[in-house]
Amino acid sequence: MNLSRRALLASVSAAAAVSVLPKFVFAAEELKKGGVLTVHLASEQRILNPSLRASTGVYIITGKIVEGLLDLGPDGKPVPVLATGWTASPDGKTVTFKLREGVTWHDGKPFTSADVQYNALELWKKHLNYGTQLQANLEAVDTPDAHTAVFRYSRPMPLDLLLRALVDLGYVVPRHLYEGTNPLENPANTAPVGTGPFRFVEYQRGQYIVAERYDGYWRKGLPYLDRVVWRFITDKSAAAAALETGQVQLSAYSQIALADIDRLKKDPRFEVSSRGNEGNTFNNTIEFNHRRKELADVRVRRAIAHAIDVDFFIENFLYGNGKRATGPIPSLSKAFYPEGAFPYAFDTKKAEALLDEAGYRRGGDGTRFSLKLVPVQNGEDVPQFATFIQQSLAEVGIKVEIVQLDVAGALATIYKDWNFDLATGWHQYRGDPAVSTTVWFRSGSPKGAPWTNQHGWQSEKIDGLIDAAATEIDPVKRKALYADFVAEVNRDLPIWFATEREFISVTSKTLKNHHNTPRWPSSSWHDTSF
Amino acid sequence: MAASGPVPALFPDVTMALLSFALRRLAVSLPSLLLILIGVFALLQLAPGDTVDALLAQMGGGDPVQIQQLRTFYGLDAPAAVQLGRYLWRLVQFDLGFSAIYGKPVAAVIAERLSVTLLLMVASLWFAAVGGVVLGIIAARKVHRWQDAVISTVGLLFYATPAFWLGLMGVVVFAIKLGWLPAGGFEEIGSGKTGLLRALDITHHLVLPTLTLGLIFLSIYLRIMRASMLEVSTLDFVRTARAKGVPDGAIVTRHILRNALLPLVTLVGLHAGTMLGGAVVVESVFTLPGLGRLAYESVIQRDLNTLLGIVFISAVLVIAVNFVVDLLYARLDPRIRVKGH
Repeated sequence: MNLSRRALLASVSAAAAVSVLPKFVFAAEELKKGGVLTVHLASEQRILNPSLRASTGVYIITGKIVEGLLDLGPDGKPVPVLATGWTASPDGKTVTFKLREGVTWHDGKPFTSADVQYNALELWKKHLNYGTQLQANLEAVDTPDAHTAVFRYSRPMPLDLLLRALVDLGYVVPRHLYEGTNPLENPANTAPVGTGPFRFVEYQRGQYIVAERYDGYWRKGLPYLDRVVWRFITDKSAAAAALETGQVQLSAYSQIALADIDRLKKDPRFEVSSRGNEGNTFNNTIEFNHRRKELADVRVRRAIAHAIDVDFFIENFLYGNGKRATGPIPSLSKAFYPEGAFPYAFDTKKAEALLDEAGYRRGGDGTRFSLKLVPVQNGEDVPQFATFIQQSLAEVGIKVEIVQLDVAGALATIYKDWNFDLATGWHQYRGDPAVSTTVWFRSGSPKGAPWTNQHGWQSEKIDGLIDAAATEIDPVKRKALYADFVAEVNRDLPIWFATEREFISVTSKTLKNHHNTPRWPSSSWHDTSF
Repeated sequence: MAASGPVPALFPDVTMALLSFALRRLAVSLPSLLLILIGVFALLQLAPGDTVDALLAQMGGGDPVQIQQLRTFYGLDAPAAVQLGRYLWRLVQFDLGFSAIYGKPVAAVIAERLSVTLLLMVASLWFAAVGGVVLGIIAARKVHRWQDAVISTVGLLFYATPAFWLGLMGVVVFAIKLGWLPAGGFEEIGSGKTGLLRALDITHHLVLPTLTLGLIFLSIYLRIMRASMLEVSTLDFVRTARAKGVPDGAIVTRHILRNALLPLVTLVGLHAGTMLGGAVVVESVFTLPGLGRLAYESVIQRDLNTLLGIVFISAVLVIAVNFVVDLLYARLDPRIRVKGH
């Protein structure tokens, strides 16, 4: 049944106004209305407004309440949600969106192009993380009629970049609730109003959030579920217990312990899989502080890459969930992945030879030099990888001291104080290298911005490729520029993306129509049912 | 101050003395309260990273202009001394400030959580004290017999077990395997229960957390109680009572127990503070929306106002509990007079 639904969805062309009716008629034979889906969340968000905060922790809640212009379809291409069609001018400086008609906000007011205009100029361009960079060249949004929004840029904006980025960075909240207020203090930030299939009901801090079916939803007859409840369970073992007792039916974005994920794989009540998470990939990284003279030498960086057995780490610490990365663009990003292998295979002899060649011979105690490693512990595997790095490098004569800090402390130490030699953590790839990947490599980022190039690295060639690709409107040429970018990064190794991983969801098998799109946990769940 | 209600009933003739005692206690507590607050403030200043760094970690990054905006928004652009001054000035006006994580006044955030923690604390202390006294008496009465051996061994076992492990095992056995009790949470979400049904629902949810938090303290109390009972029972006045022909039961309850309770009461008072700390673990394991978890979250998120608010309220709570303990002393042992302190 899933297959034919997917085929049906895929046959709907993206630019055409999607008729949801046949899909629903088909589905109604199989799926019944009703039921409460309870979802596990490991941490609370400060605000629930996806047009101010871009993060999966916000989307997994607000994606059901607030909708964006686009979402990803089953084949990974952007599909219409609040926008029904789009065209770009030949010079790439103007992008016109046709907007869906007959859509109402949960408070009954109509959704129009004025809402999109306000969100783009006042929220995405001014406050939304990654949105501020994406929309930096956005000069105006014209609204010739209530259902047309024309984005005008001062420099060419590649349409494929804009569309892929707007899937995450294109959520729309009601202008009439935000206009004239300080958006950061707006009460709707914790009681969101949107156009989505579910309407916000209540938020009990520290306990749960509830949303219920919105009867005026524009996809007629949907959603199937009566309610969605998000429960905050910070303890990972407690979250696994809640799944096992049936208190929650879904835990997405790898929020329970890897050991529990491995255990629940064998439990016939659950589907444990990275299906439906293809749109969110991440890497275990090693960042080098190029201000250290040893690390400024490319031979030392290559030696470090040769010294660490990434496959062993994946097999034994990640329970086999992941693979060795081949460069800064993950293999799941079909539109940009340049193929090819990672040039530095695990080879400790070669590592030692490179270190000798660089002039760092082993001293009397067998040590060549010492490094300070700061892990950004936003995942359970990060401290493990840090220890693995420490032990692997000890084998080739590099002594590593691990600095234990919590996430806020580690971010300040690395990106504000530059007080590190090596750092390790996660890099998240958001569908297009220009959204959140190239900022790790582009020089000139002001001090203090986390997950940007604060590593003292500068390469004119890489900077040039990044800038050219960000405004190249021909998709073929863009892909070629990124292939050059990957080749350059693999040659110089300013940062090393060691693994390539997908998030894992644990879902009760009683749930139907789940994980059927590449960013399903963040999507609207309008067709999910029991 | 918290004990002003029952005071006249307890000591009808010493109300004034009691009041001045309470005021003196408060005056002694104020400087230490101030020191605690400044200390916590300084500690958090020493920790690298502020609440905006924590927020950025949650958001997955941001650009420098936006980061500057956020620092201004949270009032972090002023020097630390100015921030502390602002905080203390607000505190004098009974204003605990604004919570960075929750976007509302700290007083409101704490008020939401306080009842859960108090309920858990009172229930656990009650369970531990009553259970400890009863088991301690049994063990002392049957000293060196099999009952004593069983109670002492089991007590030692619970004492040696970490609370989080005990809690998780409780979940595995009673929630997952047997399905008798819920795995976590304070009450059933959206059940619409009110009145007695809701109270029963909450009780049902609190059984495991109360046992988990209480068992360690219970094992301490039963050991103290056993030792104390054995010690008191060898004293002269007990022998006198026996010689007078007082029945055995009356000797235990009226003569031995009353005197043996004193060290226990001291400990219970001290543990009220410890329990606030232990509640962090138990509240995390059982996903209870209490003060402990709030404190943990505030540290991770560097939410200074919320953390200082929690420290303040906890300190007031501990002071109040110890005040009550002092009153209890006087009640248990007439030789100890409020004035005599």
